[in-house]
Amino acid sequence: MARHIVAAAGEILPGGRKLVTIRGREIGIFNLGGEYFALLNRCPHQGAELCKGTLIGLATSREPGHFELTRRFEMLKCPWHGWEYDIRTGQSWCDPNDTKVRAYPVTVEHGATLVKGPFVAETFQVAVEQDYIVVEM
Amino acid sequence: MTPEDGRTVVAEAPASASRSKLKLIDCDVHHALRSSKDLLPYMASRWHAHLEEFGRHRPVPFTAASPYPKTAPALSRTDSWPPNGGPPGSDLAFMQEQLLDPYNIEYAMLHLLMSGMDERNQDLGNATCSAINDWQYEHWTQKDKRLKAAIVVPGEDPPAAVREIERWAGNPDFAQVSLVTHAIEPLGRRRYWPIYEAAAALGLPIGLHSSGNNGHAVTSAGWCSYYVEEQHNVALSQQNLAISLVCEGVFERFPALKAVVIEAGFVWVPSVAWRLDQHWARMRGEVPHLSKKPSEYFRQNIWYTSQPSDEPENPEYLRQSLDWLGWDRLLFATDYPHWDMDNPEQALKFRMSEAEQRQIFAENARAVYGLA
Amino acid sequence: MNTMNMALPGGIDCDVHPALPGMQALLPYLDAYWQEQVTVRGIDGLDLASFPLQMEAHGRRDWREPGGKPGTSLERLQRDALDGFGSRLAICNPLYGVLAIYNEHFAAAVARAMNDWITAEWLDREPRLRASITVAAQSAEHAVDEIERRAGDARFVQVLLLAQDEAPLGNRRYWPIYAAAERHGLSIGVHAGSTFRHATTSNGWPSYHLEDYAAHSQAFQSNLLSLVHEGVFNKFPALKFVLIESGFTWLPAFMWRANKTWRGVRAEVPWVDRAPGELIRDHVRFTLQPTDSPPTGEDMERLLEQIGSDDMLLFSTDYPHWQFDGQNVWPAGFSDALKRRVLVDNPRNAYPRLKEALQ
Repeated sequence: MARHIVAAAGEILPGGRKLVTIRGREIGIFNLGGEYFALLNRCPHQGAELCKGTLIGLATSREPGHFELTRRFEMLKCPWHGWEYDIRTGQSWCDPNDTKVRAYPVTVEHGATLVKGPFVAETFQVAVEQDYIVVEM
Repeated sequence: MTPEDGRTVVAEAPASASRSKLKLIDCDVHHALRSSKDLLPYMASRWHAHLEEFGRHRPVPFTAASPYPKTAPALSRTDSWPPNGGPPGSDLAFMQEQLLDPYNIEYAMLHLLMSGMDERNQDLGNATCSAINDWQYEHWTQKDKRLKAAIVVPGEDPPAAVREIERWAGNPDFAQVSLVTHAIEPLGRRRYWPIYEAAAALGLPIGLHSSGNNGHAVTSAGWCSYYVEEQHNVALSQQNLAISLVCEGVFERFPALKAVVIEAGFVWVPSVAWRLDQHWARMRGEVPHLSKKPSEYFRQNIWYTSQPSDEPENPEYLRQSLDWLGWDRLLFATDYPHWDMDNPEQALKFRMSEAEQRQIFAENARAVYGLA
Repeated sequence: MNTMNMALPGGIDCDVHPALPGMQALLPYLDAYWQEQVTVRGIDGLDLASFPLQMEAHGRRDWREPGGKPGTSLERLQRDALDGFGSRLAICNPLYGVLAIYNEHFAAAVARAMNDWITAEWLDREPRLRASITVAAQSAEHAVDEIERRAGDARFVQVLLLAQDEAPLGNRRYWPIYAAAERHGLSIGVHAGSTFRHATTSNGWPSYHLEDYAAHSQAFQSNLLSLVHEGVFNKFPALKFVLIESGFTWLPAFMWRANKTWRGVRAEVPWVDRAPGELIRDHVRFTLQPTDSPPTGEDMERLLEQIGSDDMLLFSTDYPHWQFDGQNVWPAGFSDALKRRVLVDNPRNAYPRLKEALQ
């Protein structure tokens, strides 16, 4: 692992992002309210440039007709098939697994939790060191 | 920090090196008008004033939007907007840069998602179709020889449609004849047969890309509420379209006619064919014009583009569909620049022999469209 | 000759069709006002166009009197369907045209009369019969009244709707019906057929009955999309939907596509908290006929594996519709173990109100 300087402190504004190439790999650096996160610019689904996706919030609902938006601008919508990724963790939402019903619990929880998907976008540690934003990879 | 139920998937390098080396024939690419004014040079001047004042007139509730808002603007990948402006698909140079060159595409079959066929003013509809074809020829197929257009025809006016086909007959830039699929009648109906007669005589397939508006509800059970439903329902309409072509006897009357069902995928075909066979066996007296079981027409006269590729838990299930359908039936398509397009290097994740790959990614299309 | 494997238990036939001979048969069950309306205005012939009963496909030759309307005789149903297949129970789904009537008051009156008729002339005379409640879903209020009226009779196990109505069946206009059904442990039966509020396909009107019949399967799929995405399974988690005479071999391809679309458009319907395929496996069941079978038993085994659940299919003959010859009710590819589930366990679980009867 090595430390790579990707930007000057303050260069990426809150809500902003920067795409950099480190050791041949494209990484997106995101500033969420002063915290920095880094994701590989490649969607695990079909390889789209994930980090160029639209910043969205997380839409949840407790029942049909109820809409709630939280985590505004902390989720990334892949530019291709629109899968939603949590920038903080790389976790995708929506379980695409066609799991057999025998292995799945019968009770249904009313919309309180989303089923996590098995895809996780690759993330990297980001630190702010004095005047620079640094990615470890 | 790892999620509870997830497994980290390390983003892989482009799937198989062999795919990157394959020549691809992409059977569904969407070019687009930069502006509706682009057609005016090809339309008589009376239409200039007409369009200025009256615009287009179709059986849809809004002048400039769908009642089912799409999940992304222009239904497209958010990274497909050309840097020089214009909507996705409108800039040839950007299409070359984003699609044709990097994926080693040998030919791309163009499908415009606009037609004069569902224009309620029939004269305007006819003029629009002709203009579209002139525009495609000048601005697309003549500028990049990889591009093949479809002859867009005003299918609700069959004599005019036949004239338009004959106008382009023999022109190698046009590889098929295109009709909207949400037509006023199911497309197997006899009123459309003069079009099939003309196409078959010229060896041109009919390309049936999900499109158009006919004023019918988007499902036979009424109007759905959400785009997430509509997106799937239009694929179900394509199934009914194929059923119509078969059951009305289009392929009996025109045995050489080839039809390509576009943007509906292919995994639905076996179950539709099995269902038709079962009920045809008990209703045969109604359709004496069919000399074969319905399933045979599905496997002899119709081809299917691969997109949107389905993603069952076990990708090998797709092989089972193709084993029944026939490996010669499938035509690879990206559907660039739409949001649900398939990446040629990543889609269709089941195992394929080299021969099967060549068939799906190029050779089936080469045979259907008579390409060099 | 009964060629069925006699080691299999008698099952629950989840789709038989007693037929109303005509409005004459309903007159005793109508009030004075409607008796007069029907008689003076000569109202009759409300058999659904989706099932023209003179077609052999809708009345197997050996299950009808020549020139007669199939399904009108209790004795024949007892002999052909119940005894013929060793069934313990059969669920009656009458297909007289209540749902296609425009006058909602008339529709409600006919619905009520149908339910009285089926009680008196079928359920009361044959203890092995159960029934769906006929409702005029044109008015949710009328439909709920009728459900409340019948709920106390344990022989009614289901509320019957048609697959091609005015709106896809997940639409909120139907929710009071679902709420009433869920309250009373009734399942919702969606039977093939159209009220002709819309063309039989979204592409317009095909020429042939064969196409209309084939098109039922697309209609069922549109309804599943609606039920999933409107949130019916979230709102009514105890409710089971039974798709009747829908076919089922289209199901795997349908689920793959529905799952994929949902993943990209999820935020439009944020209450859908699981993949459509999961919700369908939990809440939806399918009657066996028509099987729309693939060419070989091996193909069918693979298809059943692709469906991913042994719980979903419910035994049916679809009597007197012609879906198979002789006693060949089972397609190739069904193991004995699966047949047992399909005959007894799955119907029992799909219809909570049957559990009492099977004690």
